Amino acid sequence: MNPVSSPKSPGSINPHEAIHRDPDMVIFGFWVFMMSDLIFFGVVFAIYITMVGATAGGPGPKELFDFGSLFAQTMLLLTSSLTAGIATVIVKHERSRAAFLFWVVITLLLGMGFLALELYDFAGMAEKGGVPQRSGYLSAFFGLVPLHGLHVTFGCLWMIVLIVQVFTMGLGDVVKLRFLRLALFWHFLDLIWIGIFSVVYFGGWVYG
Amino acid sequence: MNNLDYGWLGKLNWDSLVFSGFLERPSVSEAVASVAGSIVILATVGILFLLTWFKVWGTLWRDWLTSTDHKRIGIMYIAFAIVMLVRGLLEGMVMRAQQAAAPEGFLYADHFAQLFSTHGTIMVFFVAVPFLVGLINFAMPLQIGARDVAFPVLNQISLAVTVSSGILLMVSLVVGQFSTGGWSAYPPYTGADFSPGVGPDYWIWAIVFSGAGTTLTGINFTVTVYKCRGPGMHLFRMPLFCWTVLCASILMIFAMPPLSVAALMLGLDRYLDFHFFTNDLGGNMMNYANLFWLFGHPEVYLLVLPAYGIFSEVFSTYSAKTLYGYKSLVIATMCIAILSFTVWLHHFFTMGQSPTINIAFGIATMLIAVPTGVKVYDWMATMYRGRIRFTTPMVYAIGFLILFVIGGLSGVILANPTVDFQVHNTLFLVAHFHNVLIPGVLFGILAGYNYWFPKAFGFRLNDKWGKRSAYLWFAGFMVTFFPLYGAGLLGMPRRSFSYADLTFKPYMIVAFIGAMIVLAALISLVIQFIVSIRDRKKTQVPVGDPWDGRSLEWNSPAPVPAYNFVEIPKVTDRDAFTEAKEHGEAYKRPKVYRDIELPKNNPLGFILCVVSGILMFALVWYIWWLALISALTILVAVIAATFRKETEYIIPASQLEKDTEAWLALVEKSEAVSRDLEDSPRNVGLAKLEI
Repeated sequence: MNPVSSPKSPGSINPHEAIHRDPDMVIFGFWVFMMSDLIFFGVVFAIYITMVGATAGGPGPKELFDFGSLFAQTMLLLTSSLTAGIATVIVKHERSRAAFLFWVVITLLLGMGFLALELYDFAGMAEKGGVPQRSGYLSAFFGLVPLHGLHVTFGCLWMIVLIVQVFTMGLGDVVKLRFLRLALFWHFLDLIWIGIFSVVYFGGWVYG
Repeated sequence: MNNLDYGWLGKLNWDSLVFSGFLERPSVSEAVASVAGSIVILATVGILFLLTWFKVWGTLWRDWLTSTDHKRIGIMYIAFAIVMLVRGLLEGMVMRAQQAAAPEGFLYADHFAQLFSTHGTIMVFFVAVPFLVGLINFAMPLQIGARDVAFPVLNQISLAVTVSSGILLMVSLVVGQFSTGGWSAYPPYTGADFSPGVGPDYWIWAIVFSGAGTTLTGINFTVTVYKCRGPGMHLFRMPLFCWTVLCASILMIFAMPPLSVAALMLGLDRYLDFHFFTNDLGGNMMNYANLFWLFGHPEVYLLVLPAYGIFSEVFSTYSAKTLYGYKSLVIATMCIAILSFTVWLHHFFTMGQSPTINIAFGIATMLIAVPTGVKVYDWMATMYRGRIRFTTPMVYAIGFLILFVIGGLSGVILANPTVDFQVHNTLFLVAHFHNVLIPGVLFGILAGYNYWFPKAFGFRLNDKWGKRSAYLWFAGFMVTFFPLYGAGLLGMPRRSFSYADLTFKPYMIVAFIGAMIVLAALISLVIQFIVSIRDRKKTQVPVGDPWDGRSLEWNSPAPVPAYNFVEIPKVTDRDAFTEAKEHGEAYKRPKVYRDIELPKNNPLGFILCVVSGILMFALVWYIWWLALISALTILVAVIAATFRKETEYIIPASQLEKDTEAWLALVEKSEAVSRDLEDSPRNVGLAKLEI
């Protein structure tokens, strides 16, 4: 397999490759996966909404949320979506490998920054008695928000693997396609975060 | 939070073994458990011994365990499902025996509860789903003229986690106890407070892993149907089976996540002391009921839709007619798929929501009968004035038509909330869902098994034993479950290991006799298999079209070569193969032979099967270090797999030419047989063209 041949039309690298690496099919498959994942998140959101009041005398949203840190997390994640977008454009226009790697590394760092802040937030909540064992409300919170965090963690891991693969396998069609899926995934996580910010944090703060 | 403080073997100790129970307090109940455990151990040892004795490990590894071929993966799914079917059926027998013997009985209450929990879990998740997924894997890509499924390695992974979950259930027979909370595992009963043992944990991990496998399968099939169809295979030219597969796959994608969420949240409650569904600290059990049935109801249609697809193929083929009302069948399928998401509340009419909500969901439930009715009439119209042949699949299909309508009608009765309040949690319900699932799903599965078997293995199954088995299924099913309607109306609660009112006893004795007939049906099925293998020289169909088939899967030798078609056939209409036969386009030499690229063997699936099995076992028994190691191994194996460079191999044109010329020569010298002779040794798989 020649990874860099005919990059302008990735579907026609050689005549019998069409079956399993047809980019169209691979990307479509990933969209379908994300639909399933969206349902997964959707039902966890629904559980959270039904449990907003179930604090059982424990701390609620008003006592627990630190909107300064949340604002920083949001900015980090939104910016990382932008940098992932820039990397996508670089892939599309066949710019240099170094530039591509640069923007992927920036995305990775922003993602890890987000995770660090999120963990710091959780620790802060725990100090105020906000642990998942305390109430149904907190169980629902810790069922949802870390689920997103877990996805971000997998995204980061995925980026690290891709960076290694750029060096070992070259920035060929296979790696490019994987990156395109990762970028989709990353934007998807951004979208989920906006849902979390509005429903969990803001909604929780208003209605909790 | 002392959940985490266990030794290096976790909760595991000598008393966890099923035999220790029998040694300490011998009783019939413990003896039954010990025998079941022994069967698992002896069967495992026996299989390993036979594999070594016949020196088939190499073949097994190269041709099966590492295969990415959708047909072989399909066959492995089916083999797995049949093993689980035997276990599930035997458990049903023991339960019927217990109720026939009650009130004295011979089982402990706990043991009986484990039986109905595993019976339900196994029959739904480890028999019906894998059997259907196996048939789909085998037939669907062939029917749409594809080389393969969209993601072959993903397919392997789906199989791997399904099988390892099944093995976990088998292990639960030997080590520890399974859940006593039913297949739906409602908390708070299955929570840590009321079920502190390992039972619910077995259930949770088996469900989470096999559920993930099913979701991935759904994604794979959906993309295959959308993206891998051959030239000219428009959506509205697909065989109906493929339509039902598409709808069922979409159900898998959307319906499995709620189940995974429910099971994982239950796991968090149990392992980390969360309060999603507990009685105290703001937990809410109704959330579980909603999540579970948000999955559970679409699941029913996820099972029955592909079976409808199989029946559609069977009715059309054995009536030698094109399917009547194709478009209405497609639309009915889509309607059912959508409606299946709108009815989940009928599973808990009695749990306290308002009458208005109950009525809305009652009406939605009854509505499903409409598209189903459309289908029934279409199938009957397909048979009308057709040249019907009474083959085994057709016998199953006709049995289904009659019995399923009865089951459907009892469903419409239950959809009425006021009636439901009366018969809720009685055997009436048990009778109803067996009445839809056995004719609807099991008969479909068995029809498909008889229908496609010659395509998969190159020889036909014995028709005589096939029919005997079918009739025994009909009789056994009716004798077992029709009395339960009566007992249910008289108020006998389900899931009771004993009862005080002896009015129920005659019903239970009749049901037990029925169960024995079902056992005879199962034995006939085994005999059919053995007899068919014995007679395989006389029933070979190497040309590949034993039934005068109408869809593309019959347009290739039997067994089907790895590459499916040497040249992907061009499709111009529905019933593509019949069309080709009429116009003399079938069995034609391709203009040029081109190399074909196929996915290489991959050990990833097998590795994940073993390691995920270990991971689940470690999680059930709180062996944290082992769980950590196996989780990391899975991660490393998946990442390592992405570094593989040569993932495909090429079948050279010369090889294709040799195979195809041999096949065409065989077609040339074979005698075309008419439909009347399709069960005779003269049928070598070349059907005579009779319009």
